[in-house]
Amino acid sequence: MSAAIALLPPRSNLARVLGTPGAAAGVAVLILLVLGAVFAPLIAPFDPVATRVCPRLAPPSAANLFGCDLFGRDILSRILHGGRYSLSVGLLTVAISLIAGTLIGMTIAFLGGRVDSIGTRFIDVMLGFPPIVLAILIVAVLGVGAFNAALAVGISGVPRFARVVRSATLSLVGREFVESARAVGASQGRILRRHLLPNLVPVLIVLASLDLGTAILSTATLSFLGLGAQPPTPEWGAMLNAGREFMRYAPWTMIFPGLVLFLAVMSVNLVGDRLSHVLDPRASGHV
Amino acid sequence: MPWLLRRLLGVVPTLFITWTIVFAVLQFIPGDPVMLALGGTPASDEVIRNERARLGLDRPIHEQYLTFLRKMATGDLGTSYQQRQPVARIIAEQLPHSAALAAGGLLVGLILGVALGIFAGVRPHGWADTATMSLALIGVSLPSFWIGMMLIYVFGTMLEWVPILGDGIDALILPSITVGLFLAGGLARMIRSAIIETMSQDYIRTAHAKGLSAFRIVAKHAMRNAVIPPITLLGVQFAFLIGGAVVTERVFARQGLGTLLIEAVLTKDVPLVQGLVVYTTSAYIIVNLLIDMLYGVVDPRIRAARA
Repeated sequence: MSAAIALLPPRSNLARVLGTPGAAAGVAVLILLVLGAVFAPLIAPFDPVATRVCPRLAPPSAANLFGCDLFGRDILSRILHGGRYSLSVGLLTVAISLIAGTLIGMTIAFLGGRVDSIGTRFIDVMLGFPPIVLAILIVAVLGVGAFNAALAVGISGVPRFARVVRSATLSLVGREFVESARAVGASQGRILRRHLLPNLVPVLIVLASLDLGTAILSTATLSFLGLGAQPPTPEWGAMLNAGREFMRYAPWTMIFPGLVLFLAVMSVNLVGDRLSHVLDPRASGHV
Repeated sequence: MPWLLRRLLGVVPTLFITWTIVFAVLQFIPGDPVMLALGGTPASDEVIRNERARLGLDRPIHEQYLTFLRKMATGDLGTSYQQRQPVARIIAEQLPHSAALAAGGLLVGLILGVALGIFAGVRPHGWADTATMSLALIGVSLPSFWIGMMLIYVFGTMLEWVPILGDGIDALILPSITVGLFLAGGLARMIRSAIIETMSQDYIRTAHAKGLSAFRIVAKHAMRNAVIPPITLLGVQFAFLIGGAVVTERVFARQGLGTLLIEAVLTKDVPLVQGLVVYTTSAYIIVNLLIDMLYGVVDPRIRAARA
């Protein structure tokens, strides 16, 4: 039996994730946002890119709850569709950082010696790049666009993941179950896959959930700076960028996309915070 | 070897690796650098050849790399394609704008972060703690570009309390708050846990037993010991200060290094992108070196260990 089961809290404790009002609210908001994004084509009152469905820069009304933008597009419809971009791009970004960071972190910790010291040095230097500057540098090479922005933010998160995974792996390689796997002649690949990886799962879940909020925020930031999703894509950051110029006359063009972005990041952070309390072996009394 | 010398020498390989990464990454930038340098205007073969030689692109890659390292080490950041001026001079011109914003943001962030952190930390799990930590969570979740726009709308447009544009000190208020809020959330969390940890130490109990006032205990005994981890965070936050500046400058239509970086990327001004990245990362490394040195000043135990 793998020791992962001992590290993971018992299944009944899943209720504990929802145990605080904050986390419960976070989960509720998150479910709403995800449902809104998934069913956007069905529930959005208008086509998100169709222009002149309402008067230009019209204030919020019964027909257009969140008002209209410069091109007479319905902001509510754009926000609902925008969730599809912002949330999936956030997940993609975390997946990139998680997979690459885990591979690198586990490998250098497991190989140890010179590989570890050089790898750690390299990671430390990469951590010295301000994340947004590193992402902008990568966009400069890849070119502007929604996918490239996600890739850039994902890559700029790799050193963060690699560092945590490395130290988590280091704390495991000396343990008896790794020793005994070696003793029975398990290959290095098998030890990494079957013995170390399952034990890293709680750490990875916490890391990914804490990073998702940052990832959504960073990709929206790139779009806001004009380096990510391009108009007329209904992406939240890009919508805020468009609303920037009319905020004095039509503040709803920036209030609502920003509010939804904030709610998305906040709810993800609330859930991530709670998950780290529940899954952290030290906090839950395991180990 | 004395600690300081060892630490100073340790910076050299870090800078070296950083510059190497920047050089390597920018090799992959699409488009012929010569055409980018000429700004897309059609040119004869001879002009192109001359330009290639002038940029040093006719030499093998390892020579280009060594030239690049030598130039970076001597502070020669090259010439901008677009502005046709030395990159170092362009950066020097824009630096004061960014430095003012960073200083303002740091001030707001420190005041808010320290105050909230202590407020929450002295009575952990009380109502003040819960309220403050909820605020901190909101702080780290707020898109800084959105909060910047909201501040402009509420205090600039609706209430007309502060000017939105301009170069004066009062035009710095809202941008500083925007950057400061960004810092305060993380700082408050860190100070809170540092305070909680120090407040359970024996010397705090001794201070209580001596009958010192609660204020004196926190201000003199706890803060001095709790300040080390937040100082470290501040070093890390310097990176975010740069990042926050990129966004805040755009929201407030301010000049500065962030605006410069975005323009450089959009116009494919490779030397300017390269110079800005080299400059910001090197500044980050040096700030963290200074912070490391600061530990010894703050904490006599660390000073003793290093001697």
